[in-house]
Amino acid sequence: MSKIDPEEIVEEIEESGQLGHPDHHVPLVGQAPRRKEDARLVTGQTNWTDNIQIPGLLHAAVLRSPMAHARITSIDVSAAREQPGVIAAFTGADLQHHWAGGLPCAWPVTPDMKQPVHLPLAVDTVRYVGDAVAVVVARDRYAAADALESIDVEYEPLPAVIDLEEALTDATLVHEDQGTNRAFDWPFEAGEVDATFDAAEVVVKRRYFQQRLIPAAMEPRAVVVAPIAAADEYTVYSATQIPHILRVMLALVTGIPEQKLRVVAPDVGGGFGSKLNVYAEEAMALILAKVLGRPIKWTESRSEGFQATIHGRGQIQDVEIAATRDGRVTGLKVQLLADMGAYLQLVTPGVPILGAFMFPGIYKFDAYRFGCTGVFTTMTPTDAYRGAGRPEATFAIERIMDDLATELGMDPIELRRRNWIEHHEFPFDTICGLTYDSGNYEAATDRALELFDYDGLRREQAERRERGDRVQLGLGTSTFTEMCGLAPSRVLGSLSYGAGGWEAASIRMLPTGKVEVVTGSTPHGQGHETAWSQIAADALGVPFEDVEVLHGDTAVAPKGMDTYGSRSLTVGGIAVVKAAEKVIEKARRVAAHLLEADERDLDFAQGTFSVRGSPEASKTIQEVSLAVFAAHDLPDGMEPSIDADSVFDPENFSFPHGTHLCAVEVDTETGFTRIHRYVCVDDVGNVVNPQIVEGQVHGGLAQGIAQALYEEAVYDPEGNLTSGTFVDYLVPGAPDLPAFVTDRTVSPSTTNPLGVKGVGEAGTIASTPAVINAVIDALKPLGVTDMRMPASPERVWRAIQEANASGGSAGQAATGTTTLTAQAGPEASA
Amino acid sequence: MPDIDVRINGIRYQDHVEPRLLLVHYLRDRLGLTGTNVGCDTSNCGACTVLVDGTGAKSCTMLAVQADGTEITTIQGLAGGEGAGAPEDWHPLQKAFNAEHGLQCGYCTPGMIMSSVDLLQRNPDPTEDEIRHGLEGNLCRCTGYQNIVKAVQAAAGELRAAGAPGAVVGGQS
Ligand code: FES
Ligand code: FES
Repeated sequence: MSKIDPEEIVEEIEESGQLGHPDHHVPLVGQAPRRKEDARLVTGQTNWTDNIQIPGLLHAAVLRSPMAHARITSIDVSAAREQPGVIAAFTGADLQHHWAGGLPCAWPVTPDMKQPVHLPLAVDTVRYVGDAVAVVVARDRYAAADALESIDVEYEPLPAVIDLEEALTDATLVHEDQGTNRAFDWPFEAGEVDATFDAAEVVVKRRYFQQRLIPAAMEPRAVVVAPIAAADEYTVYSATQIPHILRVMLALVTGIPEQKLRVVAPDVGGGFGSKLNVYAEEAMALILAKVLGRPIKWTESRSEGFQATIHGRGQIQDVEIAATRDGRVTGLKVQLLADMGAYLQLVTPGVPILGAFMFPGIYKFDAYRFGCTGVFTTMTPTDAYRGAGRPEATFAIERIMDDLATELGMDPIELRRRNWIEHHEFPFDTICGLTYDSGNYEAATDRALELFDYDGLRREQAERRERGDRVQLGLGTSTFTEMCGLAPSRVLGSLSYGAGGWEAASIRMLPTGKVEVVTGSTPHGQGHETAWSQIAADALGVPFEDVEVLHGDTAVAPKGMDTYGSRSLTVGGIAVVKAAEKVIEKARRVAAHLLEADERDLDFAQGTFSVRGSPEASKTIQEVSLAVFAAHDLPDGMEPSIDADSVFDPENFSFPHGTHLCAVEVDTETGFTRIHRYVCVDDVGNVVNPQIVEGQVHGGLAQGIAQALYEEAVYDPEGNLTSGTFVDYLVPGAPDLPAFVTDRTVSPSTTNPLGVKGVGEAGTIASTPAVINAVIDALKPLGVTDMRMPASPERVWRAIQEANASGGSAGQAATGTTTLTAQAGPEASA
Repeated sequence: MPDIDVRINGIRYQDHVEPRLLLVHYLRDRLGLTGTNVGCDTSNCGACTVLVDGTGAKSCTMLAVQADGTEITTIQGLAGGEGAGAPEDWHPLQKAFNAEHGLQCGYCTPGMIMSSVDLLQRNPDPTEDEIRHGLEGNLCRCTGYQNIVKAVQAAAGELRAAGAPGAVVGGQS
């Protein structure tokens, strides 16, 4: 055996040319290099959780309650245990002693919030259709599913609690031990609210409904647990957005020490908030692996997913806006009734509270009162769905601005102009205590109007109205902002959230000059591998191809806060920048030593340290990396490493904004609505990868438009989810959506070094009110003044009929439960 | 248990299968061809789309036994070359989905691409509307479809320029 000679290795690497000077590093930030993720995704060489095969793998299947609310009077799994291929079957009682705690809610929004215990398997009471009551473990997924049929459960039905206002009467308690269905009341007030409303010339009061939505990421949830049971060590693979948070939480739920758990999020097929949770099946799979000492897989069927994965939205919004006759908004009052569902999941109560800060939108006024009551019902728990609180808030403010404009006989865009924060007023402190750092609502709106041909469409609308066309045209506006980039840890603390909002990154310089970027932000479609490579390549002056981004595994990326709330770039991306800065500073010391120069005389550009005044004296960062690896000649006392970790805690949220304009054609005979033109101009600050940004906007629009026109989780009075498949729950297909016209203005964020803002949720937040405003605008001459979502053909048709029946001037909504009385001020009777 | 004899991505398999085994589970669980995904249990999402004798089919709506005697191509058999690895060997649709950012999480992508292969075989020069309707049976939750449409258009142009009808039967060798 020949001896390894380090000098020879060094020479070989040097000769291989890998450490050459990248003379012209073309900046990548702002460009759209092809996504690195795609190679595996377009060829099918993916690693979804359900793909994982491990010797001895067993499959779990979960028996779910067919009842919305019932007591379990008896349950017997013994016959299931006798089925061929079945290894074990457990009831809630069987596993009860394994739980160190219930499934967590990390956001106790008030000190006295009701927080019922939520065991992964129900023990004596079921509280929604889909609540887990028993679990079977078998050799394959077919055998496990078959065995569920041999489980005997007897239920004593209890009344379902479906209506939010009825729930508040406490006639039926969802959690008897809590004594009330009211989970919390969360108030906020700023300014002289009563005086403002007393003095108002115009007050418009509305009730809006946020229907429940189902996130429906295309990859169903799945979990695989690989145990070394004898050592009490477990690797949990989960289709999750939050491997790091999940690790902490699974430790708390199961009592397995955190350091014994490794959590991996392999390829994850979309989340939209639905995989931002700690689910019963994840905890169960872990305990089953512990009890049986065998690897366990559970994969959700889509039908299960509709019932057992969190839903989003679900609010009744009572909104009042005060203004002067000439269109100056003076105050806003918002009272929410928010549907928690049967249990509080990870951040259920925090979702509407996040919205509290966004009801004022982009407008200036001095009086704001907000209240939110969270209420338990016997339906699937709600939690964060793309936008989480902010789409609901944006809908309410953008809808009532249109209703106010109608009330005042003013163009909706003119009303907005009179009230929005002007460009020169940034940074602007809002009535909610936020500081919007940058924005240019004028520029975004002007650009959108131009692309949309607003005046041309208004002319066409007038002509169609004049002619009495069957298909009417309506124009809708949404000038939105949102708070994202969650979040400054101190702010989260002040809102009683259970964790911080920082993000971690590490950069490792490899001996061959290649780079590993480790991120705590876990992607599931956002393109981190590409965008982070762009950022690191620019910062370090290395080729894009030389950067590898590692993520989603607590053993590889031990620190992280994961992906939600449009935080990846604005928090996680900045951590990469900060880590690169540290690498460069360490490398500078080595380079100075090798070049026998003073550190202060070194310039760093294009990946190369050179001595000011004599540029031929230089070292590339790759050469420095190799020198550090060899460690033969380092500055005295220096550790042989230029790797660096960074944890970035943002000082502020980021505030993307934009103007979305939608034109719809509504067939007044069939009620069918078609989007005729959709233009959006978003301002997400500086952009790392315009193609990815555009893709995020497109996808966001699709989900926001879907809320407006297609999607609704419908429960019957018995609490059955009647929209429990893709047949009844209309996730839009390609023919259901228009081609979008997108553009951007750029107001860089002033609170992070890249000047970036988030983009993941913008399209969803902005688009819903733009579409509904357009539908109502189309039908205004027919007397329609409100529209419940989704604006299905049937709803639109009914609204037209009802308006007709009441003489074409009725302020009655599609469903007859909407309150639409405009409370006019003293001299302005509606 | 019945026997089946089927050619998948150019390789012949003879297997005993349970009569009720779905083709998609045969591909995924028995053969380890996990490139083909499952997105629903009501045959609505199209994530599981493969080509059976050259025609697009949802492999969750077929039993493995029904595949007896057929030639099947999955996303993993679509690219040419060895091991279906190098981007230059990718099918024009695979290239175009990458170039036009026609995917985000990529879960719908195998089905979307296989349906697009089928679509372009039947209609080599589709309009935007024809593409949208042609992909009606494939749901994507991430992209809003705009860049998928662009990708299919780009690939169609590429295939026409190359004079190829885009047909793939039984995998390429
Ligand atoms: S899995 Fe086949 S259509 Fe959904
Ligand atoms: S790319 Fe995620 S579902 Fe289509």
